Amino acid sequence: MSNLRSYDVADFPVPTGREEVWRFAPRTALKPMFDDAPSEGHLQWETVLPEGVVLREISTEEATARAASAPVDRISALAAKHAGGAVLLEIPAGSQHPEPVVLDLSGTGREPVVWGWILIEVGEGASATVALRHFGTAMYAGNVSVVVKEGARLEFVSVQAWDDDAVHAGHLATRVGRDATLRTVVVTLGGEAARLVQTVDYDGPGGDADVRGLYFADAGQRFEHRSFVNHDQPHCRSNVVFKGALQGEGARSVWVGDVLIQPSAVGTQTYEINRNLLLDDGPRADSVPNLEILTGDVAGAGHASATGRFDEEQLFYLRSRGIPEEQARRLVVLGFFADVLDGIDVPMIRSELMRAVEAELGYGDQESA
Amino acid sequence: MTELIIRDLHVEVESDGAPKEILRGVDLTVHGGQTHAIMGPNGSGKSTLAYALAGHPAYTITGGSVVMDGQDLLDMSVDERARAGLFLAMQYPVEVPGVSVSNFLRSAVTAVRGEAPALRTWLKEMRGAMADLHVDPSFAERSVNEGFSGGERKRHEILQLELLNPKFAVLDETDSGLDVDALKVVSEGVNRVRAGGEIGVVLITHTTRLLKQIPVEFVHVMWQGRIVAEGGPELAEQIEADGYEQFTGAGVAG
Repeated sequence: MSNLRSYDVADFPVPTGREEVWRFAPRTALKPMFDDAPSEGHLQWETVLPEGVVLREISTEEATARAASAPVDRISALAAKHAGGAVLLEIPAGSQHPEPVVLDLSGTGREPVVWGWILIEVGEGASATVALRHFGTAMYAGNVSVVVKEGARLEFVSVQAWDDDAVHAGHLATRVGRDATLRTVVVTLGGEAARLVQTVDYDGPGGDADVRGLYFADAGQRFEHRSFVNHDQPHCRSNVVFKGALQGEGARSVWVGDVLIQPSAVGTQTYEINRNLLLDDGPRADSVPNLEILTGDVAGAGHASATGRFDEEQLFYLRSRGIPEEQARRLVVLGFFADVLDGIDVPMIRSELMRAVEAELGYGDQESA
Repeated sequence: MTELIIRDLHVEVESDGAPKEILRGVDLTVHGGQTHAIMGPNGSGKSTLAYALAGHPAYTITGGSVVMDGQDLLDMSVDERARAGLFLAMQYPVEVPGVSVSNFLRSAVTAVRGEAPALRTWLKEMRGAMADLHVDPSFAERSVNEGFSGGERKRHEILQLELLNPKFAVLDETDSGLDVDALKVVSEGVNRVRAGGEIGVVLITHTTRLLKQIPVEFVHVMWQGRIVAEGGPELAEQIEADGYEQFTGAGVAG
C-alpha cells in the first residue's frame, strides 16, 4: 500500500495501468485529467449556508497550508496545481449547526477539464453536517479537504448524482482531530466513470472516523472507490463500510480499502467491510481489503468482503406475502443499503438518497412502502 | 363456501442436475372453515406440497391442477397467489437484512388488502397482534427474521397469518423448534384465526404435538408423494400409537 503524498506533479508520472493503484482504474475515461494543463473550466455553484458558516476563496498557498493532506496521485496533484486556489468553508469553533450546509455543483459538458479544490474546516468543538452534491456533466477533477478539529463533529455526505456521461476523479482528504468525530458518506450513482480516493489521517488520540460509501453502477458505468485509513495516532477508531449494487452489461465497480496501523497507533480499533450485490449476470465487482498492522497492541482489527447475487429466497419470501415483484426487489436492495443509508443523520438527505436508489432500480415513481 | 381443490398434482425438483418427481399425484380438498393435517415421515413430500402451492420457483408442476375459490392457482405468480388469499407459514422463514418487520408487515398488508391501512389504526392493529403473540414491541424495528430465534421466527409467521387473514393457510412444520410455552402461544394464534370460522387451514407436521393444541377434523397421511391414508382425528392417534410403518411398510421411522 502506497502512502506517498506530494504536491509535486513530477512525483506522479502518467499512469500506464501497470501500477497497483491504477490497475483497476477507468483510465481511458480519465485520460484528459492526466494532462498537466491549466483550464478555464468551472462548475456552477449553488449553496445553502446556515447562519454563522463562512464560505470564501483562498489562494493556492493558503489552501496548501490548511489542507488535510497533500495529493495522493497525479490527478489530485494536478487539481491542486491548476484549481487556482480553493473555496474554503469554515465552521467556526464551538458553533452548532443542525441544519445542513449544502454545496451543489453542476457542469454542462465534458470539455474542458475542471480542476476543483474545496476545503472544509470544522473548528474546535463545533458540530455540522455538510452535503456536497454533483449534478450535470463534467470532466471533473475535484479535491476535497476535510479537517475536523479537536472535539468537533462533522457529518459529510458527497453525492455523485451526475448525468450518465460525466467523468469524476477526486481525492477526499480527511483529518480527524483529537477526540473528534467524522462521518463521511460517499454516494456514487451517476457518471460514466468515477474514481474517488479517500484518505483518513488523525491529529491526535481519540479520533473516530466512520467512512461509508454506497454505489449503484448501471450498464456501462465504472465506479472505483478507494479508502486509505492511516492510523498513526493512538486510541483512534475507524469503521469503513462500502456497499454497492450493480446491474447491466459492463457495470463495473472496484473497491480497495487500505488500513495501515502504524507502530505508534496503539489501541487502534478498526473494521472495514465491502459488500456487492449483483442484480444480474452483466456486472463485475472487484473488492480488495488490505489491512496492515505494524503494532502488537490493537484493540481490534478486521475486514470482510463479499460479492453475491440477488437472493431469490428473499424475493420469494416477500412475494409469498403478496408484495409485488418490483416492490419486493426494491425492498431487498434498499434493505441491502440500509446500514449505509440509516447512518445518515439528516432525514432530507437520507430520504432523497433512498428515492435516488429507487430511481436507479427503475421504480422511482411508485409510492414508497 | 370457499374451496381449495388439489387434483392429481405432480411436482418435480431439480436434483443433481436431473428432474426428480417428488409429488406423484396428490388429491386434497379443503373447504373454508375446515382444518386438515397432512402427516407423514420426513421426505414424504409434505413441504414440497406447501412450496408448490405457494409457487416457489424451485418446484416445477408437471401435472394436475389447483383451484382456489374457482381460480386456477397454478396460473398465478407467487404474489398473486398470496393476494388471492393463500398463505404459507414457512418452516424456515427467510432473513431479509435491512427490511424492518414493521415496513415488511405494512407492505404485505397493503398488498393483500389492496390499500394502505391508515397509519394510526395500523399501528394499533400491529401492536395488538404482536402483544397477542407475546412479541416484544422492539421486534417491529428489527430486520425481518434476522437474528431471530427459532421461536421468534415461528411467532413472526403466525403474526403475519393473523394480520393478512387469508382464505387458506398452509402451516409447514410450525411446531418444529418450539418449546412448550411457544407452542402454546403460536397455537393460540392459529386458533384465533380459525375462530373466525372462514379460513381453511392445512397443518403440515410429522408429529402429533401440534394437533393436541389445534383440533383438526381431517388427517391425511402422505408417503412417497401421495396421500396414502385419510381419516379423522383418530388417524393421528393411531400414528402416535403405532408410527407410520402401518402406512409405509417396514423400515421407515416416524
